Amino acid sequence: MLLALVATALVAIALLSEELLPRAEELFSRYRARRRMAPVMPYDPGRERRAEQRARALLRSCVNEEEWAMYRDLGFIRVWGTQADGPDEAGGTRGAAYAYLIYPHRAIVAYLAQTHRLLNEYCVVFPDETRPYGSARLPDSDDVLAKWMALTGDEHRLISTANMHLPGRQLDPARVKRDLWRLAQWERARMRDAARSESHTPLDTAG
Amino acid sequence: MKPGHGEVLIAEGDVQSAEDEQRLVEEFRRQLEAGLWAAVPSRDPAGRRHAQMVRSFADVPRDADRVIFFPRAAGGR
Repeated sequence: MLLALVATALVAIALLSEELLPRAEELFSRYRARRRMAPVMPYDPGRERRAEQRARALLRSCVNEEEWAMYRDLGFIRVWGTQADGPDEAGGTRGAAYAYLIYPHRAIVAYLAQTHRLLNEYCVVFPDETRPYGSARLPDSDDVLAKWMALTGDEHRLISTANMHLPGRQLDPARVKRDLWRLAQWERARMRDAARSESHTPLDTAG
Repeated sequence: MKPGHGEVLIAEGDVQSAEDEQRLVEEFRRQLEAGLWAAVPSRDPAGRRHAQMVRSFADVPRDADRVIFFPRAAGGR
């Protein structure tokens, strides 16, 4: 009885091996091919940090000293608008001064300088089209610099490229208003510091 | 500017040298053909800094010390 079972099992294994062995070999060769194709990229935890450091240095070398200090202290940059009647599709500002707030990887917000009334959000991205599968996004400071260059270099072109939305689509209007208040406080503090250093300078040089 | 990497030096040279200039022109063209925008950081007469967008090598001021290429802007969500 036992002998019969063993013999049956051996026959079954022999029959199955004819079916299973080629499949196992195929699976193994596919696995090896995948291993060969996928480049082994060791994870580098410092890569993004180094990219951001380089981006900050580049940003600092391009923008005005005040704008750099603004970004360093507040996390955004204000750029004054130059169009006579405000940014496109904003309903016209009737000549009133307006400006944009540039945040990293967030919409650009246009607002009236005097009243702080928010005009629009301009959603713009800088996608990498140089590679077939795209890639990681720009470092934060590079995103800010790209927006700054595009706005100061050709405001109309950037605004007409961007998708316009009413305020509140991407950025909380309360947060933007708070940022505008922080900006006003920050500017006052800078003016106070500048006035203080000017008034102290003659004494220092005299002393 | 390169996504995921930050600033990358593409080419450098002296425009006074014809050989260097030719190389810079070719690189400039290659970057624009790859879909990038080009800008030159500049100063206005009052000393304020701004960028000058350039669409051809001829638009680049002769005294510019660098041209920055960055991905072309597109409407976001």
